[in-house]
Amino acid sequence: MLNLEAELQALNDNLMEMLDLVTSQLIKCRKALVKSDLDAASEVCSAEKRVNALELAIDKDCENILALYNPVATDLRFVISSLKIGNDLERIGDNANVLAKFLSSAIQKKEKKFAEKFNLEVMLDAAIDMLGDMSKAVKERDTELARKTIKKDVILNDHGKAALEVATELIKDNPDETKQVLRLFSVTRRIERIGDLIKNLGEEVVFHVEAKVIKHKKSK
Amino acid sequence: MKIIETSKVNIYYGTNHVLKDINMDIKENTVTAFIGPSGCGKSTFLRSFNRMNDYIDGFRKEGEILINGKEIYKKNVRVEELRQEVGMVFQKPNPFPKSIFENVAYGLRIRGEKNKKTIESRVEKSLKQAALWTEVKDILHKPALSLSGGQQQRLCIARTLAVKPSIILMDEPASALDPISTAKIEELIAELKENYTIVVVTHNMHQAARISDRTAFFYLGDLIEYEKTKDLFTNPKIKQTENYITGRFG
Repeated sequence: MLNLEAELQALNDNLMEMLDLVTSQLIKCRKALVKSDLDAASEVCSAEKRVNALELAIDKDCENILALYNPVATDLRFVISSLKIGNDLERIGDNANVLAKFLSSAIQKKEKKFAEKFNLEVMLDAAIDMLGDMSKAVKERDTELARKTIKKDVILNDHGKAALEVATELIKDNPDETKQVLRLFSVTRRIERIGDLIKNLGEEVVFHVEAKVIKHKKSK
Repeated sequence: MKIIETSKVNIYYGTNHVLKDINMDIKENTVTAFIGPSGCGKSTFLRSFNRMNDYIDGFRKEGEILINGKEIYKKNVRVEELRQEVGMVFQKPNPFPKSIFENVAYGLRIRGEKNKKTIESRVEKSLKQAALWTEVKDILHKPALSLSGGQQQRLCIARTLAVKPSIILMDEPASALDPISTAKIEELIAELKENYTIVVVTHNMHQAARISDRTAFFYLGDLIEYEKTKDLFTNPKIKQTENYITGRFG
């Protein structure tokens, strides 16, 4: 095996670990939400350090490969896309962390009053489904699956739009609960943002495999 | 405008078929790099542009090689004149055991130039174009062999420029030089492109990527891919090219 191939493999291994870890963070967020599981919420928060460490490891791997091996063509695209995927996964992990903290606090204070109205569970299911498929697309370099998964982001966007209506109505009807409603609304924004970041991962898969830039383009 | 045009070029050394049906156009004022593993035919192709292969045993060429629209292998072509038009710089600097000045003046003298002022002015201009003038202007009559390797290579480039070629062929011009001298040669190539057409053979793919406008990848005598350098190094169309430039075969 070429030295470069060994380095690329090490980078790939870190990327796969990060993908699995961030996916498990989202699954644990769902568990915390549905089963009021404080341990699950706490596990999401404690995984945050490992997610950050993996992002730094990926940055370092990429820096070394660029400096020492001057990769070209598919290798160069893999390094560039890995840098961006590592960054996006870290941000997904950040959002999961914020979500877990919110859930932890809500479970302890027993504030689950309006959660159902915001469809948090449905949104999390959609995000987990998207990330699961996108992980497969990244691992198998499957651009067809990446493109299909990118299109699913519309589900989260629709929920995000609906959440604004829900929040407006709830604040109107329950002015004393405005703070809690706004907190829940901001959580929906976080999950919607996770969808956007998963979409970015798909764009990087297409760039790596097909050398096509599809971001900021209507037709993917 | 095309300055070199080749059509169905086949080159043989005896029974060895070293280049197969090569079609390539090279535009003037561009830098073109030839890459490929050893024995792929890239140097043979480069050297065919100024007929440096003519005296190799068993050499035979089929197809057309046109420079400025004229077939250079026609019987009425004078090889000495062709080589003034198409200069060459080799892998190892090869200055003559003469002074710096005489090295650059040599081509002019054998061409019959006798006017001292013309020669002096041409030597100065060529050394300036080769980015060597400031380093040697006070030691023009010292032996060329006393210069460093990088300076000797730039002197050889100045010697080539003195006879006013339109094309400069370079066969691994920096492979025997240290990184600083290599950077100077690369910088020089970029500057010379304004007035000359340059074709470079290099084993250093990153050098090809840095200095050339177009790159041709050769393998076992075939021209596999010939593309804009940026495209070839970021998104090659042919799998063999991709495997070669990513180091997966050699």
